[in-house]
Amino acid sequence: MSSLQTPPLSARQAGPEQTGLRLIRILLPIVVFAAGIAVWELVVRLNHIPPYVLPGPIAVFATLISDWPVLAPSLLTTLLTTLEGFFAAGIGGIALALLFNQSKWLEYSLFPYAVILQVTPVIAIAPLLLIYLPQQTAVIVCAWIVAFFPVLSNTTLGLNSVDRNLAGLFQLYGASRAQTLAYLKLPSALPFILGGLRIAGGLSLIGAVVAEIAAGSAGAGSGLAYRIAESGYRLNIPRMFAALLLLSAAGIVIYGLLALISHLVLRRWHESALGKEN
Amino acid sequence: MAEPATLTEADTAGLAVSLRAVTKVYDSGVAALGPLDLDVARGEFVSLLGPSGCGKSTALRLIAGLAAPSSGSVGVALRRSGARGAHAIGFVFQEPTLMPWTSVRENVRLPLKLAHAPAAEADARIEEALQQVGLAEFAAAYPRELSGGMKMRVSLARALVTDPDILLMDEPFAALDEITRFRLNNDLLALWRNLRKTVIFVTHSVFESVYLSQRVVVMTSRPGRLSAEIRIDAPEPRGEEFRTCAAYAGYCREVSNVLAPSYSGLSGS
Repeated sequence: MSSLQTPPLSARQAGPEQTGLRLIRILLPIVVFAAGIAVWELVVRLNHIPPYVLPGPIAVFATLISDWPVLAPSLLTTLLTTLEGFFAAGIGGIALALLFNQSKWLEYSLFPYAVILQVTPVIAIAPLLLIYLPQQTAVIVCAWIVAFFPVLSNTTLGLNSVDRNLAGLFQLYGASRAQTLAYLKLPSALPFILGGLRIAGGLSLIGAVVAEIAAGSAGAGSGLAYRIAESGYRLNIPRMFAALLLLSAAGIVIYGLLALISHLVLRRWHESALGKEN
Repeated sequence: MAEPATLTEADTAGLAVSLRAVTKVYDSGVAALGPLDLDVARGEFVSLLGPSGCGKSTALRLIAGLAAPSSGSVGVALRRSGARGAHAIGFVFQEPTLMPWTSVRENVRLPLKLAHAPAAEADARIEEALQQVGLAEFAAAYPRELSGGMKMRVSLARALVTDPDILLMDEPFAALDEITRFRLNNDLLALWRNLRKTVIFVTHSVFESVYLSQRVVVMTSRPGRLSAEIRIDAPEPRGEEFRTCAAYAGYCREVSNVLAPSYSGLSGS
């Protein structure tokens, strides 16, 4: 039999224009950011706005450094809560989706409640949870409630979008349920699951912050959101901004890490992780 | 999806596949097939030819056990083979239907893995199947790195790896360009000559069906029924010279003439 000499189609050619375009895509946001900071600082200085009304970026940065001993443990607390909520959401969402996929009855009976849990604003549930649960648990449960739904719905979508012919092939070769799940459904759903987890990462941070704010008025807790609330009462506006900055940075890092993991897992085969040149 | 096994142990007169008054009515009430009678001998190369929607793919899915007939019986001769992971039927879909998340080798391994075949034995057979389709050096590549024709070869290798008696092919080359299709036609014929599998090949191309088969079964549409059978008595082995000879053109004309009414009926409705 003749063997084909066609080379694989994966060879990428990045022209000079593409490199230039990529540079612009990285540089533009940085320029905008720098301009924003400069304008902010200028407005504060030219109008002589006192720091308890609006601190300039330099003052915020100085506070971040000087208050680091207070802020660092708070950052750690919030990150830990977020992480716990995220893992609970990831495992819970995927497990629930798998259960729903195995049994339609279970899906029909439980899915509406998952939706209800999702559409009820978590800020309204948080005070109740704080009454019935120990504080730390309540915060994690809040993070879980916000974050698990995208994982659940994305995983469900992924498990249901298996290629029909591939499913037929598995049936033809007498695959068991477990084999179909392990070799077909889960790999097919993987891009969807990773997409869900990426959303869940940011949402679990939001859930943790919401619960901390709700708990903060009760005087307990030491997370970043609590610091923001506390600094607000004391009119320590620079520290509010510094804590906010840390929260933002944490969110960006969480998103970046999850996007990186998703890219590394999918880069060999999935369209979303391939260059546009292909 | 329906239960797979309507396969029976019954083969009497050297038949590989035997359909008796088979019909298929979908849940929507659409009568897709039949009643259809069809016998395919062991080692025979048969093409099912007909317009789109004439139920030829449905017939193939019934033979494969991917769907159950609404009435009638589907008989497939099952061989008892000692080798683990052997499977009586190989199926090649219209699309390559490869798992994009894994390599060519792992795609071909799938039927053996599902049958829990020992790894060492599986490796040897995967190697052999990839050799047969001329893709041995692409074992580590991912499907997206291959051209359409090469993907189809992987799909063929996956069907061959279980050493099936019967190869069912559902318009496998329909989406390929003509040059690639001709080459795969030749390679498929070579494989068939060497391995002597029973092949049931669904196509809507008159030229492809005449070139490949010993027998062309022409079907009418909605519901799919047998309209004519034409035996292609061309000498073996066939090659490119067969494509250009007068006998080939004659057979093509004959098959086209039989096929014409089912198309005119379609446009008239």
